Parts: sequence; structure tokens; C-alpha cells
Amino acid sequence: MSPLWIVRRIGFYVLITVVLAFFAVPMLWLASAPFDAKPGLGLRWPDWTLRNVVATFEHPYTLTSLVNSLVLCVIATVVTTVLAALAAYALSRVRIPGRDLLLYLLLLLSSVVTGTAAMVPIFVMMLQLGLINSQFGTALVIAGGMLPAAIFILKDFMDAVPRSYEESARVFGASPRQVLAHVVLPVARPGVATIFVWAFVNAWGNFLLPFLLLRDVGQQPAAVLLRTLYDEGGSANLTVIPVFSLLYSIPVVVLYLFVSKRYGFRFHGGIKS
Amino acid sequence: MDSSGLGVRRAVGFVAPALVLIGIFLVFPALWTLYIGITNYQLTGPAAANPQVVGLDNLVEAVRDPLFTNSLWLTALFVLFSAVIGQNVLGFLLAWLLRSVSPWLRRTTEGLVLLSWILPSTVVAFLWFAVLSRDTGTLGLLLGQPETSWLVQYPMTSLIIFNIWRGTAFSMLLYTSALAAVPPSQLETARLVGASGWQTVRDVVFPHIRGHVLTNTLLISLWTANDFTPFLLTSGGPNHQSEVLPVLIYRQALEGGQLGYASAMSMLLLLGNLAIALVYLRLLRRRA
Repeated sequence: MSPLWIVRRIGFYVLITVVLAFFAVPMLWLASAPFDAKPGLGLRWPDWTLRNVVATFEHPYTLTSLVNSLVLCVIATVVTTVLAALAAYALSRVRIPGRDLLLYLLLLLSSVVTGTAAMVPIFVMMLQLGLINSQFGTALVIAGGMLPAAIFILKDFMDAVPRSYEESARVFGASPRQVLAHVVLPVARPGVATIFVWAFVNAWGNFLLPFLLLRDVGQQPAAVLLRTLYDEGGSANLTVIPVFSLLYSIPVVVLYLFVSKRYGFRFHGGIKS
Repeated sequence: MDSSGLGVRRAVGFVAPALVLIGIFLVFPALWTLYIGITNYQLTGPAAANPQVVGLDNLVEAVRDPLFTNSLWLTALFVLFSAVIGQNVLGFLLAWLLRSVSPWLRRTTEGLVLLSWILPSTVVAFLWFAVLSRDTGTLGLLLGQPETSWLVQYPMTSLIIFNIWRGTAFSMLLYTSALAAVPPSQLETARLVGASGWQTVRDVVFPHIRGHVLTNTLLISLWTANDFTPFLLTSGGPNHQSEVLPVLIYRQALEGGQLGYASAMSMLLLLGNLAIALVYLRLLRRRA
């Protein structure tokens, strides 16, 4: 153990500590401020209390917005997962004329047409269709944006399901629908679960589309309400914001823990767009 | 007949619902941007009811508009420093350093980095707003400069550091899986001949992961250029100093009501995305 080696080890751990602090410091506030009797913007050891939690639940829109988030997210996620699974299965198994071109275009679309680049026409279209303030309409827009990537990732999973399973099921007289429901989907379950979680996390955090399309506070999801809470009236409401941010973040954290425990956080191509 | 027994007609029926949604909510808006972009369409007023085609006037106006050129410049800075340099370098550094630490330290660090990536954007925006605010903000307290309002005095630097924090996870994941493909025997040889860390990365690791570096840079650049989170932190202010392209488009369209003009700018963003995506797909093909 030469002195140089010791210096390098110390430098190494100092570097890791700095990086850890960089990532941890902003998040610590989310653990301390919700339970602090006098929550401020700075990080400090809290005077423990649960009064903020009560105040947050008494706020007229917090619970509504979490329910709205759930509605929006469940519709968008279910639509994305179901339609992507059907499309990915058909594209994986059948040589539809023009399939390769279609797949190429889907991959291109998934990255080129972002919500930011298409916000003006999407807003105008929904305005003319009278779908501003429609949660269902907004959920479909979100689903449409996620579908190309979802189909692409799922097709990889479907390609990996051995065809011999389907062939033997068909020998025993299973209909195509039974083959899909009882053979392919159970085998491709990790893929479907991946897409489900991916779509849920994306839809849950989506701010721009609900912000554009849901103008009525009674329809808005948590993402938009949180923005309103800290943007309106000059000073942020620090009794409600910390607890509300925490409540709104919990589903994402739970899903993350579930995925990393069950599957490990591996890489599936472009898993977040 | 195919192995699934679907047949072409039923297969088309399986694909159709997804394609209809994609067609209505993705393809049609993208094409419509091109049309709205050549009109003087507005949110309110006479041009709202009866938009006129003005041809390329919007584009000409944009190129001459100091707000637009300012915004392009800021977007370029944002992409270059936060994605191409920031996320790339920090992501690689994390992937490289975390190979040789104890499992719990590795899991903790990776967990924190991933969490900063998956938390909802409005939440992380407020977390950083709290860190960077004046008087009681954590950064001011740490540096002993509580009077500094970081988001007002250094808006672009703040956004760049925020975006490095927000997006490094993707690069870390990508480089972690890329590094697993570097032959351990070559790393061992480098160690035996006494190569320094930097020499090993440059001469042994880099040739193996060159393709990944390019892929990663393209993807994170595209996402950063389209990121709307800067709006949540600074809304483009103060005085347009952090008005990156997505924020400018939003403000022109929804706050200024200039739908046609904003569409022309969106069109340029779409073209930029298309250029990056085509290069990316070309790379994927060559590798496959």
C-alpha cells in the first residue's frame, strides 16, 4: 500500500461522496419537509408533526387531483398495453404486406413527434373537437404518444416467445384467441409488465398534455395541481406542497421498487421517452 | 398460414386499433403542424375564425426574430452542456466507478440516480426550486450565500445542472450494459502493463463502446431539446434568459395566441428531431 495508492483511494471515495450528495440532497427535502412543523424551502431536521398531512387532506383539490391522475393514468396505460400487445403479437407472427416499413416508421415516430413539438396542433385539434377538459380525450392523446415505442419494445418480447408452443396448442384445436390468451400472453408476461409499468410511470408524470388540455381545476391531475400550488399567488403553500408531492411520488417509487426487486432494472432499448 | 393461425386479415385487425390512435394523435398533428405553420392562425381575433395562408412568412419572420434566435442559441447550449457533455460524462463516470465498489454502495447510488430520473417532473422541479431559492434555499445555505437567487441570477446554469441531475440515469444504465461487453482479459492486460485509469478508458474501453456513445448522445440530445421541464423551473425568465425552444413555442402559442407562428417554430423542432432520428436508425441498422 503505497502512499499514492492511499491518496487515490481517498480521491475515489471523495468523488463518490460528492456524486451521492449531488443526487441525494434535493430529494432529502421530500423526506423531511412533509413532517416539519415549520416547513421551509431549505433542508433541516424537522420538528416532527403530522399536522401538514391533515391540512393537505383538507385542501379542496388534493384528493380530487390524485383520483384524476389515477383515472387518466389507468385509461392511458390500459389502452397502451392492450393495443400494443395485440399489434406487437400480430406484427411478430404475420408478414403483413409493408410490415418492415411500418416498423421503421413506428420507430421513427416514437422519437420524432414529441408532445412538445406537436403541442400546437394537438391543442387546436382537441379545441375544435370540443375535447378540452375531457379526461378520456387527454388519456387517449397520452396513449397515442406512447404506443409506437410500446409496440416496438413488446414486439421484441413477442419475437422471443417460441412459436412451437402456439403450434402445439393449435394441434389440440385451440382458436387463435385462445392461443393468445392462454399461451402467448402468459409467456410474454415480463414484457407486458414492463410496458405496463413504463406506460404508467410516463402517464403519471406527464405534465404538458394535461396542462394544455385540462383547463378546469376539477379535472386536473396531480401534476398540474402541484404546479398551480407553487406558481399561484406569489408564495408557495408550504404546508400542503411537501405532503402532496410525497403522496404524488409514492406510486412511482413503489413501482420502481417492485420492478427492481422482481426483474432488476435492466435495459430494454429505449425504456423511457 | 403462420404459426399463430391468425392469417393476414385478422392480423391487420389486431394492428388496426393501435394504428388508428397513432394516426389521429401523432401522425395527423405532425402533418397538421406543417399546414398551420404556413397560416396566420391565431387563438383569438379575426385570424382565429378565418386563417389566411401566408406561405413561408412565418419562417422568414422567425429567422429575423431575436426571441427565436436567442431561443435556438439557448437550446443549443442546454443540449451541449447538460446532455452531450454533462449526462454523457457523469453517466459514464458512474458506470465506470460503480464497477469496483461494494454492492450496497452501488445499489444506493444507482437507486438515487434512477429515482431522480423517474420521479414526476413537477415534483423534481419543485425540489430544485427549493434548493435554488434565495434566503432559505439549501444551496445558498451550503455555500454561505443565502442572498443569491440562483434561478434568477444564473438561470441557464441552473437549468443545465438540473438537467444533468434529472437525466444522467439513462446514460448510466446504457454505459453499464456497454461496459459489461468489454472483454475482462483486455482490462486485466491494461492493468498489468500499468496503464492509468484514463489510458485504459481511452485505449481499451472506448473502442468497444464507441457505438454506444454515439447512440446515447443522439438520444439524450433529442430528449433534452424537447424537454418541457425548464418551463416548470423558470418559465423562460427572467427576461427570456432561459427561454429554450419548447418554452418559447408554448408561450407564443398559448400565452401570445400566435398559433401559426408557433407552429412554424414547432416545424423546425420536428425537422431537427427527424434529422437526429434518421442518423440514429442508420446506426441501429448498421449494427444489426
